[in-house]
Amino acid sequence: MDLDHDTVVAFSKSWGLFYLMGFFLCAVVYAFWPANRKRFDRAKNSILDQDDKPWR
Amino acid sequence: MIRQLTGSERQLAAIMLGLVAVVGVAMAAAGRNDTMGVHGLIVMLFAGALMYPLFSAIGAPEPTEDREASYYDDPIKVGIVLSMIWAVFGMFMGVWVAAQLAWPGLAFDGAWSTFGRLRPTHTSGVIFGFGGNALIATAFHVVQRTSRARLAGQISPWFVLFGYNLFCVLAVSGYLMGVTQSKEYAEAEWYADLWLVVVWVTFFVLYLRTIARRKEPHIYVANWYFMAFIVVVAILHIVNNLALPISWGSAKSYTVWPGVQDAMVQWWYGHNAVAFFLTAGFLGMLYYYLPVRAQRPIFSYRLSILSFWGITFFYMWAGSHHLHYTALPHWVQTLGMTFSVMLLVPSWASAGNALLTLNGAWHRVRDDATLRFMTAAAIFYGLSTFEGSFLAIRPVNALSHYTDWTVGHVHAGALGWVALITFGSLYTLVPSLWKRERMYSATLVEVHFWLAIAGTLIYVFAMWNSGVIQGLMWRTYTGDGALAYSFVDSLVAMYPYYIARTIGGLLFLIGAIIGCYNMWMTVRAVPETVSRQGDLPVAATVPGE
Repeated sequence: MDLDHDTVVAFSKSWGLFYLMGFFLCAVVYAFWPANRKRFDRAKNSILDQDDKPWR
Repeated sequence: MIRQLTGSERQLAAIMLGLVAVVGVAMAAAGRNDTMGVHGLIVMLFAGALMYPLFSAIGAPEPTEDREASYYDDPIKVGIVLSMIWAVFGMFMGVWVAAQLAWPGLAFDGAWSTFGRLRPTHTSGVIFGFGGNALIATAFHVVQRTSRARLAGQISPWFVLFGYNLFCVLAVSGYLMGVTQSKEYAEAEWYADLWLVVVWVTFFVLYLRTIARRKEPHIYVANWYFMAFIVVVAILHIVNNLALPISWGSAKSYTVWPGVQDAMVQWWYGHNAVAFFLTAGFLGMLYYYLPVRAQRPIFSYRLSILSFWGITFFYMWAGSHHLHYTALPHWVQTLGMTFSVMLLVPSWASAGNALLTLNGAWHRVRDDATLRFMTAAAIFYGLSTFEGSFLAIRPVNALSHYTDWTVGHVHAGALGWVALITFGSLYTLVPSLWKRERMYSATLVEVHFWLAIAGTLIYVFAMWNSGVIQGLMWRTYTGDGALAYSFVDSLVAMYPYYIARTIGGLLFLIGAIIGCYNMWMTVRAVPETVSRQGDLPVAATVPGE
C-alpha cells in the first residue's frame, strides 16, 4: 500500500475516530462500574484523614 | 537536610556533583569563547555551590531514627523556596518587558536587555521556574500523602529538584547572552534540553516507584494528573527539541523538522505545554489541596475521572489552532479547531466539580483567603478555557490572532488559574510542612489575594481592549479597498493599555513579594504546632508493631 497523504488522512479520519470513541466508552464504563463506587468513595474521603505518617 | 542522609548516600551525592562539575569543565573546554563555554562555567559553579552544604556536613553523625516512619519533606521545602524565588524573578522580568513596550528606553541600550532577550526570561522564569518548581514540590507532597508511602529514594528527589533548576538557570542565562532555539517555550539550546531529559526521566521513575510502594490500594485522581504531566511533558520535550548542533563546541543547533512540519511540531508542543505543564499538573493540585482546605471530599469522583481522560485525549489534538490561515493543511487546522471546542466539556467538568465541592462551604470561602485563592483559580480556569475554545474557532481567530487578545487570554490562564491555584496550595502547604499552626499573617494572605485579583483583572481587561482594537484596526479598509490604518497607528493606540498592563503586572508582583515575606515569617516567627503525641490511638504507639 502506498503511504501517501490521502491514505494517512483516510486512516486518521476513520480509525482515529473509532479508537477515540472506543476509548471514551472504556472510560465511562470504568467510571460507572458499580463495583468501583465503594473504592471511589473511599478514595475521595481518605485524603481528608488528619494522620500525617506513612502506613507500615 | 544532609544529616538525613546516610554516609554512603552522601558519598553518592558527592560523586554525582563531581560528575556534573566534570561535565561543566568539558563544556567550558569544548565551548571556549562560545556561549557554551560560559555555560560550562555556570555548570561548574552550580555543582560547586551544592558541594558546599554537602561537604560541610559530610562527617556529621548518620541518622538514627527510622526514616520510613515519616514522609520525605526536605526536598518539598526547598522546592517551595525555589518556586517563590523564581516567582519574584519571573514576574519582575514580566513587569520590566511590559514597561519596555510602553517606554522603549527602558532597554538602556544594552544588547542583553532588549525585549527579544528579556521576554523568554519572563516566560521561562514564571512557567518553568515558578510553575515547574511548584509542580515538583506539590507532586512530591501529594504522591506521598495519597500513597501513604515515603518517596522511593533519598538522593533522586534532590537530583530532580536541583537538576531541574540547573536547566532553568542555563535557559535563562542563555537568553540574556542571545542563545535561543527560536521555539516558543522551548528556547533553551540542545545541551540544556539533553540535560532536562535525564532529569525528567529520573522524575518519572521516582514517581512510578513511589506509586508502586503505595499502601493505599487506589491511586487518587490527583496522581493521575501529575503522571500525565510528567509523561506527556517528556514526550513533547523530546520530539520538539530533536536538533543537530552545528558542532560539539557550539550552542547553536538546527531542528530536524523542516518547514511547516516544524511549525506543526512546535505548536503541538506549545499548546500541550499549556495543557500538560500549565493545566494537568495544576489540576492535580486542585484535586488535592482544594478538598483538603475545604475539608470536603471532591463533589464527584466519577466526573474527575471522566474529565481526566477527556482532557488527556482531547488536548493532544488541539495545537494546530495556533496555525489557522497558514500553510498547514486545512483539515489539520479544522481538526485542531474541533478538538479545541470539544475541550470545553472536560475543562468545565473540572471547574464545575471544584466549585460544587465548595457548595455548602461558602462561608469558608468568605472567611479563608487561602481557600478563596483556589476558588478564584477554578473560576478563572472555567473562564479562560471557555475563551480558549472560542479563540480557536477559525473566523474568531482571524480577528484575535497576532493581537494582544492572545496575550490577555494566556494571562487570564497563567495569572488567574495557574498562579492563584499555586498560591492557594502553597499557603495550605507551608504551615503543614513546617508544622506551624497557621500562616504568620492571615491579613497579608488577604492583601495578596486582592492584589492578585486586581492585577489579573487590570491586565486582562487592558489586553482585551488593546487586542480587539488592534484586530479591528488591522482589518479596516477605506472605500477604495486600501488599509485604513498603518501598523504604527495601531501601535500608538496601544499606549494607554500597555501602561495599564504594566500596572496590573506590578500589582501581581507586589502580591507575590508579600507572599514570600509571609511564608518566611511563618517559618521564622510562628510557634511549632504542639505535638499530638498524646492524642493518638493506643495501638499506634505500641512499639514493635
